[in-house]
Amino acid sequence: MKVPLSAIAHTRSGDKGDTSNIGVIALRPEHYPIILREVTPERVKAYFGDLVKGEVERFELPNLGAINLLLHGALGGGGTVSLRVDAQGKTYGASLLRMEIEDA
Amino acid sequence: MIRIANGQGFWGDWLEAPVRLVDEGPIDFLVLDYLAEVTMSILQKQRQEDPNLGYARDFPPLIGRLADKLKQRNIKVIANAGGVNPAACALAVLKAAPGLKVAVVHGDDVFDRLDTFLAAGYEMRDMDTGEPLTSIRSRILSANAYIGAFPLAKALDTGADVVIAGRSTDTALTLAPMVHRFGWKSDDWDKLAAGTIAGHIIECGAQCSGGNCQVDWENIPDMANVGYPIIEAEPDGSFTVTKHEVAGGRVHSDTVKEQLLYELGDPKRYLTPDCTADFTTVHLEDTAPNRVRVSGIKGGPRPPTLKLSISYTDGWKAIGTLVYSWPQALPKARAADRIVRQRLETLGLHYDEIYTEFFGVNACNGPAAPPNPDPPEVQLRIGVRGKNRKAVDRFTRELIPLVLNGPPGATGFGEGRPPVREIVAYWSALIPREEIETRVEVIS
Repeated sequence: MKVPLSAIAHTRSGDKGDTSNIGVIALRPEHYPIILREVTPERVKAYFGDLVKGEVERFELPNLGAINLLLHGALGGGGTVSLRVDAQGKTYGASLLRMEIEDA
Repeated sequence: MIRIANGQGFWGDWLEAPVRLVDEGPIDFLVLDYLAEVTMSILQKQRQEDPNLGYARDFPPLIGRLADKLKQRNIKVIANAGGVNPAACALAVLKAAPGLKVAVVHGDDVFDRLDTFLAAGYEMRDMDTGEPLTSIRSRILSANAYIGAFPLAKALDTGADVVIAGRSTDTALTLAPMVHRFGWKSDDWDKLAAGTIAGHIIECGAQCSGGNCQVDWENIPDMANVGYPIIEAEPDGSFTVTKHEVAGGRVHSDTVKEQLLYELGDPKRYLTPDCTADFTTVHLEDTAPNRVRVSGIKGGPRPPTLKLSISYTDGWKAIGTLVYSWPQALPKARAADRIVRQRLETLGLHYDEIYTEFFGVNACNGPAAPPNPDPPEVQLRIGVRGKNRKAVDRFTRELIPLVLNGPPGATGFGEGRPPVREIVAYWSALIPREEIETRVEVIS
């Protein structure tokens, strides 16, 4: 069944220069493999479209049931240079929770 | 076991937090993290205007307010409040709290040494773009090396009540009391990694104890009195994250996990001046309400280089807003945006970037935003940036006329023309660690 990512995960996002990171954390241990299968760098890049100019990298933290996504070129130059309201990528994580995934 | 509390996640964080940490229960060390990447450049500008400034000015009055209790209960304070002028910060602290012994850590400020470094062949290329430092040399405002926990621990070894540093890493503030009290060695990699990760968990204050937490956020108790985090550290490197019992908020593996992932890069290679920490070895356990035990952390050797934090001027920017009301709020705001751009073009003004967002429609989430086809109002937000200050200034005069000479239904111009601000950009580079020598000075 198709559900939003918010059904199985919570997130937190922030910045390092012009890169935003999103931590995606499974709400329960059984959700972690689904996150690994569904939340791929390619899908995340496509989901955010024009907002992310560079590549998306993914790291795995099985001990926390979490992945860490790095969205390069995602903050309009970053920090003090950026003209965006969310220059620090604070809302990327919440935004990703709307992405549709297959939950089984 | 020692208790290390963090009462400040950035300069501008809740003023009451450090006072509550002292008043509401037992702690041994109070750490305060004041510095973000941009903060150093702001402080540098303040010091240029007044040689007695350039530090976090909230800090001396706070220590004045807490001085008697710190002394009575033997609570030590470690803060990177010194900014670009730790010596002046120390004098201000002594003025506010004459009975305290203050130790200052010097050596992170390399602003006056950059040309020597360049002459020695260090190109200090930007870690993101790869460009050499010479391309921005004339526009540099500040340059500091991130220093680690060992100089801070040495300052604690002097018996000081307050340790003041400049650009120490955020995590070093928390690791330093462990090195000082447990006698950890500079190659105890697993323990140093554990103390570093403890520092990462509490460095943003309440962001690990209920603040900004997505899980069950509506039911996290008493956020008006949110408790700032406390690490109960053991000599073997394991620790418990908690808060004072009477305080609000929540410490749970959910809140701690969110903060562990915050502003993380490669989780296996979290580099600091003290060690390389491996976040994939962290084991969390909820042992009781508001108590999360953390164990199993592994680390590796510290890198041979230290990171430099360099700020420089990079042109000008201005951001202005107007509000368009229903009906057709979004088409009207879009039309206004097109008109502004056309008028700037007609004037022959060019910018590095013009960027438009529509609040209520797509500002935070871009194409990922939920559809909102007929919003009751939309805020148009246009920003420009460029090297030519006059061009940016002219932009600020092109927005408000739209209230009379653009699409109908515009309002929200109450604050007048938006200000033109100088952009202070941030450059990070590496330098061999041998080039940076720290020194502890005790003042009382």
